[in-house]
This record gives sequence, C-alpha cells and structure tokens, in this order.
Amino acid sequence: MASGNDQSNAAAVTSAPEAGNLLGFLRNKGVAATERPSSDHPAFNVPAGEVVATLQHLRDEQAFDLLMDVTAIDWAEGASPRFTVVYHLLSTTRSAYVRIAVNCASDTAPSAPSVVSVWPGANWHERECFDLMGIKFEGHPDLRRILMWDEYPYHPLRKDFPLAGIETALPDADVTAETGTRVLAAPMAGGPFVATSGEINLTEAEPRAKDESWADRRPRPDQEGLKQVRE
Amino acid sequence: MATEFTFPDSAAKAAKLPAGLPEGTEFQTEKMSLSMGPSHPSTHGVLRLQMELDGEILTKCDPVLGYLHRGDEKIAENMTYNQFVPYTDRLDYLAPLANNMAYAIAVERLAKLEVPARCQAIRVLTAEMARISAHLMGLGAFGLDVGAWSVLLYSLHEREKLYKLFEELTGARFTTSYTRIGGVTRDVPEGWLGRVNAFCDQFLPILEETLTLLTRNKIFMDRTVGVGVISKADALAYGLTGPNLRGSGVPLDLRKDRPYSGYEQYEFDVPVGSKGDCYDRYLVRGEEMRQSVRIIKQVIAKFPDGPWYATDAKRIFAPPKDRILTSMEELIQNFMIVTEGPQMPPGEVYFEAENPKGILGFYVVSKGGGVPWRLKIRSPSFCNLSILPKICVGCLISDVVSILGSLDFVMGECDR
Repeated sequence: MASGNDQSNAAAVTSAPEAGNLLGFLRNKGVAATERPSSDHPAFNVPAGEVVATLQHLRDEQAFDLLMDVTAIDWAEGASPRFTVVYHLLSTTRSAYVRIAVNCASDTAPSAPSVVSVWPGANWHERECFDLMGIKFEGHPDLRRILMWDEYPYHPLRKDFPLAGIETALPDADVTAETGTRVLAAPMAGGPFVATSGEINLTEAEPRAKDESWADRRPRPDQEGLKQVRE
Repeated sequence: MATEFTFPDSAAKAAKLPAGLPEGTEFQTEKMSLSMGPSHPSTHGVLRLQMELDGEILTKCDPVLGYLHRGDEKIAENMTYNQFVPYTDRLDYLAPLANNMAYAIAVERLAKLEVPARCQAIRVLTAEMARISAHLMGLGAFGLDVGAWSVLLYSLHEREKLYKLFEELTGARFTTSYTRIGGVTRDVPEGWLGRVNAFCDQFLPILEETLTLLTRNKIFMDRTVGVGVISKADALAYGLTGPNLRGSGVPLDLRKDRPYSGYEQYEFDVPVGSKGDCYDRYLVRGEEMRQSVRIIKQVIAKFPDGPWYATDAKRIFAPPKDRILTSMEELIQNFMIVTEGPQMPPGEVYFEAENPKGILGFYVVSKGGGVPWRLKIRSPSFCNLSILPKICVGCLISDVVSILGSLDFVMGECDR
C-alpha cells in the first residue's frame, strides 16, 4: 500500500481516491477492511463492529462528507450471510464515491450498528431499511417503520415475501371508532397482482389477473360496514 | 426565526400572578397536536405532518410517509430491465424524462454499454427540458402556497408548451417512458429541434416576467427571507441535494462534478445561495432555468448525427424486424429477449444523476440474467424531507407552508 496514508495531508483529500490508497488508509486506522469486487467505485467490506469508526474516518479525514444512501441486500433464504448493509458516500470536494458493505452476523435476526451519530441523515435511511428488510440498527434513536404502518407484521423487501403481498389486518381501529365504518382491505389473493413463485420462466412469473372476482360489485362500506360494527 | 418569538407557555410562566394566589401557582397552557395532511393543498401530495403546537409555534414536527408507497423496488426485482422504465416515470412525475435517463444510464453502466453521441445529446436535451418543466411547477406551487396566484398561471402556461413538445417526441405528455437500455425509443421528429429552439427564445422573456412577480415582491420576501434557514453543515449532514443543497451554499452539481451523458461539453454555471433560507432556494431554481435554456441552446447548436441507439448492443435490442421474419437465428434471439429479458452481467453499480429535485440514485445489484436481484432507488425528496423535524421546530405554522414549498419535493419519489 502507498505510504503516507496514516496522516490526512491536503494532497490526499483533494485528488480522486484510488481503491488501494483508501484500503491502506482504513487498515492504518485499524479497520479490518477487505476490498470488495466492484466495477465502478472503490468498495470495501468492513466488519459490523467497525462500521461507525470507518464512516467517521472517511468523513473526517478523507473528505467523504455526504452519506448518499444506506440500503440492504437480501441474498435469499438459506444464503449465509443473508443480509448485507451497503453505504454509499460521496465527497463534494473530490467528486468521488466510496461503497462500504457490512455483512450482518445473524441470518434470522439481522442487525447492524446505527450511524445516526455520524450522519443525522442516516436516520430515515435506517428506518426504511428496518421497515422493508427487517434489519435492526443498534443505537438508532427512533427505530420505527417509515413507509408501512407501525403494526405491519412483515418486511416486504425480503426475498421470502411474495410479490402479491400477504393479506393483513389494516390499522382501522381509530377510523372505526370515529366513523362506525370499517376499512375494507383491497383484495389481493386473487387480485390484480398474482405472481407464481419459484424457479420458472419470466412469462409465467409475470404478475397477472388470475381471478376477477375482486371486481365484483359490493355494497358501499358505509352501509354494510356500519351494520357489522354495530352487531 | 425561532429566537424572535416568545413561547406562550413561557410567557404564561413569566407573567405576574394576580393578587390573592399563592406563590408558585402555575398557569398551564396546553400543547396542541395538529395533523397537516395527508390531503392538504400545501403538502404537495400525500405528506402528513404530525405537529405539536404551542400557540402558533411548532415544538415538534414528525413527517408521516408511506401514503404513496407502491413497492417499486420489489416490483423491479420481478421484471426485466426495460419493463421497469415506465415505473421510473412515476417516481418524480414532474420530470419523468430525467428519471428515465438516470435509470437507463445506471443499467448501461452495469452492461458496460456505450451509447452514441446523438443519443446522449437527446437525453441531455430532454433532461434539461424536464428540469425547466419541474422548476416551473415548483415555483408556481411555491408562489401559490404563499399567496401569489398569478405565478402558477404563468408557469403552467409555459409548461403546457413543453408538454406539447414532449408529446410530439415521446407520444405521451406526462409519463413519457422515453429511454430504453442502450438508447431512446425513437429519434427526434422532423423540425422538432427548431420548435424547441423557438420555445426557448420566447420562454426567456416570459421567465424574467414570471420571476419579477416574486423576486422583489414584498409579501413573498416577508414570507421567505430568513425563514427555514438550513446551514451548510446541516444540509450536508442530512444528505440534502439539488437546489436545496446549493441554496445552502454547497456548489455540488453532478453535471459539473461527475459529468455523464456528455454534460462536460456544455457550458453552464451552478448557482449557489448564501444564506440557505427559502428565498435562496427560490433564487437558485430561477437561475437554474436560465442555465437549462443555455444548455438546450448549446445542445441544439451542435446536435450530432448518427445512430440514436447503441447498435452494438445485440443482446439488448431486438434484431431488425425483417431479419426476425426471415432468419431463424434472429427469431430465436428476439424470442429470448422478449421472454428472458436482456441478459446482464453479474455485479453491482451505483449511479446518480442530477435531477430537478436533487440527486436521484440507482443502486443495481445483478446476479446475471434478465432481472435485477436488488434495485434501490435513492430518492432526493426522501432525503430532503428528512431535515423537516430539525428546521420546523420553533417556526410559525405559516412558515411550515413556506418551507414545504421551498423544499420542492414529490411524494411519488419519496414513498416509491
């Protein structure tokens, strides 16, 4: 590795970074980083426990001042490690990206350290990641769902969650109490998006209508629903 | 502006006690919860703000998202790369052409595909037209939010002309689905460039007139100057991008800093704000439209000839129709492209484009084959809104309307 990476001299943080230099920099900081195959930006795998320190070093000494994205990949049920959390950083002065990936230790209850202490902007990204992938970010100040509603039981971006969705109770308790009208769930089982799962060709897997009964006429919810609630 | 107000709560505590009451008696004022949205005209879509008010001053602001969540990322994992193009229209639906381009370039980077110069020029041209159209809507709605009706009428009138041009080029006014992996759906029609040029010529004076309605408008300035100030450090910490980041004084524009699709050939300036308030963000958008016109003029002046799709991308494009009908090999190839999708190499790519609302990123993870394994959409509106809980506290409730208008977000992109 190139020498002189241990101190942050001005020349190092204004030029475009090279993967080798960055790797040397991280190693010197005591981070057990390994290079990650990548065709576009420098990319590194980092142990879960060291991600906060890694991002802090990259921000403070390598001028990667913008956290662009935090996301996760599900490598399918049965794969190990199953979940990988990926961070993309951008440097506004060096006009360069770096990608940091962290494999979650547990495949059933994945978790990763929260980086909200380094970038407050990570807050919503991590909430989204938790919501859709079910990754628990340790130390997050307010880890609630963000796109789905709070009581929703699943993590829809996981590979074992079907594209068609799973019928779920809607959060209608407050609505019912207020209006006496039940919320009717949009039918899904035979509904407009039915995709066959498993290893089949794409033509068969394409979501299509298999059952048109969802289009049947039904009584208006305020008439039918009212009765049901009163019973 | 938080410091200029006295919270009614603390005012009540400081007030002198009426005679006869024991020392230490406290008059309680109650904080009020107020839900703004999800269907409120100034939340620009289905954003809901769960606010806690002390009198008219916000003590807490919790944005509630997800009313427009459609699971675009899940959908993307279940269809071929080209099939996803129409979904990108529906992210930032005020600038579909710019989204189309960002998505196409991301997948082309994955496929290591070079598109010809003419295709790049068409994409830059349409992206800049989309930027003008998005900023017009943004300014019009912002003006409307703070009580200036006429700006919207001016800007919608100009936008209509742009939509006519989009319709002629793509066949659709709104959801254009114009790009394909490796090119665009069709070449520019005969005489279309001249009509775009004519639009630009007549647009500049109208733009100046429209901006005059706001720039030195006393009411508009009272509502925006010094309101919703975002410091440079905060803007970076919360990952703001686009006009909102530049309004706070950070000159980040990916068209300049990491040029794509041939942006390096064109001359344009990046406007930057100084204070980071709502007024600065407005000024940045106004200037960006002038710069977009400059870019469009340059694109038209040196519009390159040649093919408008990547001819060498045999695996991506269907073979010519006459070959499909006469040759067995091309027939099989066409069948495979239609049923399996264009085959991509395994790998991962992260590409970001400078869209009207900010930086739109696509992170594509491929295991090979015709569908992405994971497609993450990094949406600028989502990140821009995440700063709301910080900057809204201490604001008047009417300032929230100004702040929302100046952040110029689109919920279709935020919720995905």
